[in-house]
Amino acid sequence: MTVVVGYVPTPEGEAALSQAITEARKNNSKLVLINSSKGEAAVDTRFAPEGGIQDIERRLAGEGIQYLIKRPVRGHDAAAEVLDAAEEHKAELIVIGLRRRTPVGKLIMGSTSQRILLEADCPVLAVKAG
Amino acid sequence: MDVWSSLMDGFATALTPMNFLYAVIGVILGTAVGVLPGLGPAMTVALLLPVTYALEPTSAFIMFAGIYYGGMYGGSTTSILLNTPGESSSVVTAIEGNKMAKAGRAAQALATAAIGSFVAGTIGTALLAVCAPIVVKFAVSLGAPSYFAIMVLALLAVTAVLGSSRLRGFASLSLGLAIGLVGMDSVTGQRRLTFGQPLLADGLDIVVVAVAIFAVGEALWVAAHLRRTPLHAIPVGQPWMGRSDWKRSWKPWLRGTAFGFPFGALPAGGAEIPTFLSYVTEKRLSKHPEEFGKGAIEGVAGPEAANNAAAAGTLTPMLALGLPTNATAAVMLAAFTSYGIQPGPQLFESQGPLVWALIASLFIGNLLLLIINLPLAPLWAKLLQLPRPYLYAGILFFATLGAYSVNLQAFDLVILLILGALGFMMRRFGLPVLPLVLGVILGPRIEGQLRKTLQLSAGDPAGLLGEPIAVGIYVIIAVILLWPFAFKLIRRNTPVAAASGAALATDADDAVHSNHNAVYSDHKEQP
Repeated sequence: MTVVVGYVPTPEGEAALSQAITEARKNNSKLVLINSSKGEAAVDTRFAPEGGIQDIERRLAGEGIQYLIKRPVRGHDAAAEVLDAAEEHKAELIVIGLRRRTPVGKLIMGSTSQRILLEADCPVLAVKAG
Repeated sequence: MDVWSSLMDGFATALTPMNFLYAVIGVILGTAVGVLPGLGPAMTVALLLPVTYALEPTSAFIMFAGIYYGGMYGGSTTSILLNTPGESSSVVTAIEGNKMAKAGRAAQALATAAIGSFVAGTIGTALLAVCAPIVVKFAVSLGAPSYFAIMVLALLAVTAVLGSSRLRGFASLSLGLAIGLVGMDSVTGQRRLTFGQPLLADGLDIVVVAVAIFAVGEALWVAAHLRRTPLHAIPVGQPWMGRSDWKRSWKPWLRGTAFGFPFGALPAGGAEIPTFLSYVTEKRLSKHPEEFGKGAIEGVAGPEAANNAAAAGTLTPMLALGLPTNATAAVMLAAFTSYGIQPGPQLFESQGPLVWALIASLFIGNLLLLIINLPLAPLWAKLLQLPRPYLYAGILFFATLGAYSVNLQAFDLVILLILGALGFMMRRFGLPVLPLVLGVILGPRIEGQLRKTLQLSAGDPAGLLGEPIAVGIYVIIAVILLWPFAFKLIRRNTPVAAASGAALATDADDAVHSNHNAVYSDHKEQP
């Protein structure tokens, strides 16, 4: 069984990752980390830098769990990538980080989290930053 | 004091609220396109040409000047924070600038680039104001044979000296000259390359050609390489410099200016060579040579000053002789023609107020750029997060609208697409765009001078050598064309000494080349 975590280099993303590690250890499952970008802009702050990914890799290795880090850049949005990975790895759980948003902000920005919550076939655990 | 009073009149024109507004729009637009890799001031001016037909020429040129200088400023931001040069003239800046940024000195790198650009731009513009009238005085005495020779020199030099491959350069130049030939022969009225198509009889509109090659070609190229692993911009706060940074920067600024202006003013100058020379000089003169390669502030200050001084220098032959040496100047020259203004030495005479307002606006633009670039650098870096599909959709929309609005002919849209495809193919096969654009713009004017010379000498080709200056220039052309062969010979004889210089030159060439052609291809250093 696997736990899929949608990671972005923000406090929310870090919280989701920590929670996902806890869940993976609890059930002895494999952790699949997704950090994706559509690759359409020259700079994408939500795509973790190489150094950051190496740190995470070290941390996961230190935790002694099975893990897989995926960084797809193929023009799909983050929600689609997480849902894809969940289906592919037959996830028992998806962990995502939630940002605090005002209703208006929500209206304008749309939401990756919302799409994952609505479309996932497995339980979704949504955590907030620290 | 003639220059001084003309310049003051220029300031009076440039500082009217409307013109000042256009200067502000120009510098903001210019910085934006400079920051974004793949977009440049030449493309922007080409796109805006049709839009500005409704404006006073003076306002339009003030805006274009702002875009031109702004592009130079913006390019350095991308170079420093992203290690991806926004403009080919910022390639050298990236070498030390990005190292500085990685070492946490991004703020100082941006500051020395912006202030250095301001210093060099101001000195360069002052030199332009002083030199251009002198060049004009000299130029009015030149006859058709000399003009012909100078233009041939400019074309060959841009083609042969810049860029990585002479063959590609000449292929591109030939394409440009062929496009320039389309239409009615100016002397005999014969139709050339019109393929029986009456709509081609007037020739191809330069705006359509420029928009197709710069905007449509680039958009298609980007669309073919749309998804790419994002890069990481180094976060930056407010740019500032400490006392030691000032101390280490001011000399490189001045030396960079000294390299940049003359190279920009030469017919074959461009901004790439002086930035490179400045870098090498600073490396040699620096008191901290060990810092080079790890982020030396001199390596940012010098080249950035050089490219802005070169930008000012480029305007000298453009305004004084009607001779553009880079893409933006070429498009601006085309703009003169589409406003019905004849470029050339008579420009200062016939359009004095416009020219001096343009020069004055360069001073103003420089100051504006310093003001908007120092505090707003982090904001400009945010532009890099703009998704390309939206950006290029907008560019294509403007390109189509502009091309159609020139003559209100659907036929122009067909031309736009065909030449856009050509622009795409050129990028695909690594052909530089500049020789083509210069060929299209200078081709008909060169032909005019050639025909005039031959008419005066009753068809005798010896008439081409009728002026001593023309003969001198042909000697220079011969040297430029034969130089690589001579260089090869020298290198064979003294392999060690020449090899290091050649290796450096190839490095710079490669960097420029890859920036031109592969801005959107995959970056190997980023997985």
